[in-house]
Amino acid sequence: MSNAQNLPDYTLLERLSQAYGPSGAEKGISEKIAAVIQPYCDSLTQDKLGNLIAIRKGSGKKIMIATHMDEIGVMITHIDENGFLRFTTVGGVHVAELPHRRVQFQNGRTGIISMEKLDKPSDLKLSRLYLDIGAANQEEAEQIVQIGDSAVFTGELVHSGSRILSKALDNRVGCFVAIEALKRVQTEHELSFAFTVQEEVGLRGAQTAAFALDPDVAIAVDVTLTGDTPKAHPMEVKLGNGVAIKVFDHSMITPPQIKQWMTTTAEKYKIPYQFEVLEFGGTDSGAIHLTKGGIPAGVLSIPTRYVHSPSEMIDSKDVEAAVNLLVALLEGPINL
Amino acid sequence: MLLKKLSELKGTSGAEKAVRDTLREEIAPWVDSISVDKIGNLIATKKGSEPAPEILLTAHMDEVALMITEITPDGFLKFRSVGLIDPRILVSKPVQISGINGVIGAKAIHLQKPKERQHALKLEQLYIDIGAKSQEEANKHVKLGDYAYFMTKFESLGSGFFKGKAFDDRVGCYIITEILKKNFNLALVAAFTVQEEVGLRGAKVAAYHLKPDFALVLEGTISADMAHLEEEDWVTELGKGPAISIQDRTTLYNPQLIRQVVNLAKEKGIPFQFRRDSRGDNDAGKIHSSREGIPTLSISVPCRYIHSSVSLVKQEDIDHTIQLVEEILQAIPDHFKF
Repeated sequence: MSNAQNLPDYTLLERLSQAYGPSGAEKGISEKIAAVIQPYCDSLTQDKLGNLIAIRKGSGKKIMIATHMDEIGVMITHIDENGFLRFTTVGGVHVAELPHRRVQFQNGRTGIISMEKLDKPSDLKLSRLYLDIGAANQEEAEQIVQIGDSAVFTGELVHSGSRILSKALDNRVGCFVAIEALKRVQTEHELSFAFTVQEEVGLRGAQTAAFALDPDVAIAVDVTLTGDTPKAHPMEVKLGNGVAIKVFDHSMITPPQIKQWMTTTAEKYKIPYQFEVLEFGGTDSGAIHLTKGGIPAGVLSIPTRYVHSPSEMIDSKDVEAAVNLLVALLEGPINL
Repeated sequence: MLLKKLSELKGTSGAEKAVRDTLREEIAPWVDSISVDKIGNLIATKKGSEPAPEILLTAHMDEVALMITEITPDGFLKFRSVGLIDPRILVSKPVQISGINGVIGAKAIHLQKPKERQHALKLEQLYIDIGAKSQEEANKHVKLGDYAYFMTKFESLGSGFFKGKAFDDRVGCYIITEILKKNFNLALVAAFTVQEEVGLRGAKVAAYHLKPDFALVLEGTISADMAHLEEEDWVTELGKGPAISIQDRTTLYNPQLIRQVVNLAKEKGIPFQFRRDSRGDNDAGKIHSSREGIPTLSISVPCRYIHSSVSLVKQEDIDHTIQLVEEILQAIPDHFKF
């Protein structure tokens, strides 16, 4: 098994996480990923929704590896006469946490979210928020942004011991794991890496990509929550305890044979792993497994604290375990 | 007048026959084939001078209405809504069920206690009175599962406004019918869909078997441009032209496609606006994600008071929407790419 002992290049994770790519406008991140993976695949195409599909031909089983490129953000709906912007959310944004966050548009312009004067804190809702991009008036604002433009939250990547903090680790870390695996893997199977769009707004890219690829089996790589912070919702997943093998979330129950395959492989190669039961949420496999006549699908999850905040936290040990397990799954026999 | 005819037809989700039959008759002289698929969508094809690309135009035939769920011992009718209706707009409206007139009734205000007057009546407290003295008599005229429709007459209002029911989405059906009377270089397929209001169901089926290269959804959408609301809450404005969707609950529209429509509208001097809200959804939700994905746009006519017994539209918005759709179809494929 070709598990290289050298560590992944985390500067790539930094470039991926800092790239701009809100749901519906993934072109920028798609191009960055395409440039990195071009030498490692036999074909590289983009489908009608913007999914980036990289294929490594083979004679064995057809495996789809899905990781979404999109991140959450905000979209402009109105520019007022004083140059302030009103917006709606793109994906699962926690409105109560928005005031005084910085956001950045594709053209690099940075703004700050603030709110109208509230009678009481519980009055806070989306319609009371606005975005200030430092424009003096409507005309100046319209030179900089347009209705329909989206902005993403800012949050640089920093290393904190073995842990990493950044915006958009959901799911640039998943893309990173997939890219690392693509670089290392040597296998008879046919691999279709689908860097999908619009997962955050409803698993949409994965649906159309799966329909076109119609694989024998699919693995999504995404983030999951942890239960290891003060007074957290009870959950077994812990940072640093290895790659999480998803058993259940609100979009899918992992077929027992898939769970078995992943567990047996992790045991065989002594890769640290943990089981994940998530009482809400979904991943691309949720859409994939219901496509066409049904596609057996599973998920490798990267434990992540503070998901959907500008400072999500992962542990590099879990990232490496995920890469190793993914490579092992793609190289081994598949009898499901 | 076709828009008047369409507005006054009775056809809710799952019971679109009257609309389907009328549209079928209207479009027959202008199209090459007409069929009805298994869920009830009306499909028409019009060959162009070129066989490709194939462009799908959709508008849904169903309107929101009420369904009779119970006939009380005294002969009153209890009901539920088909599609989303604000229950607060129902009381005192005249309705028609299977040819019988009725009124949605409630206790007169004189008889209401002060506390009762503070709360809007819930759907469960309302009933339809068809003037029957007993359950037996009511049973002679209506049965469970019958539909009750608002009895709103279509009329001109003010300068250039129309009032009527069901502009969402008879205005879309009207626009497509007008477009089908013209000729284009490309292959057109029109799908007048069913059951949009209860979950985009007809569109899902139509997109799957039609497999177009590009789809344009024509809708009637929210216009809340009233004085007592802040401008940022208007969503769209009457008189500002066709509204281009950027995001709704089930679709994130492709920015490159939107940009092309905007440039085309500016170039041809057609007024346009954006649909400035992400709530609500339409047939595009199921069309764009069909099979391997279909490039899709939604363009809507602003309607005040949609999903109630009466809405308002402006004639010039309808005319400008037809104009914009025509320009898009002329521009494909050389000057409008997907």
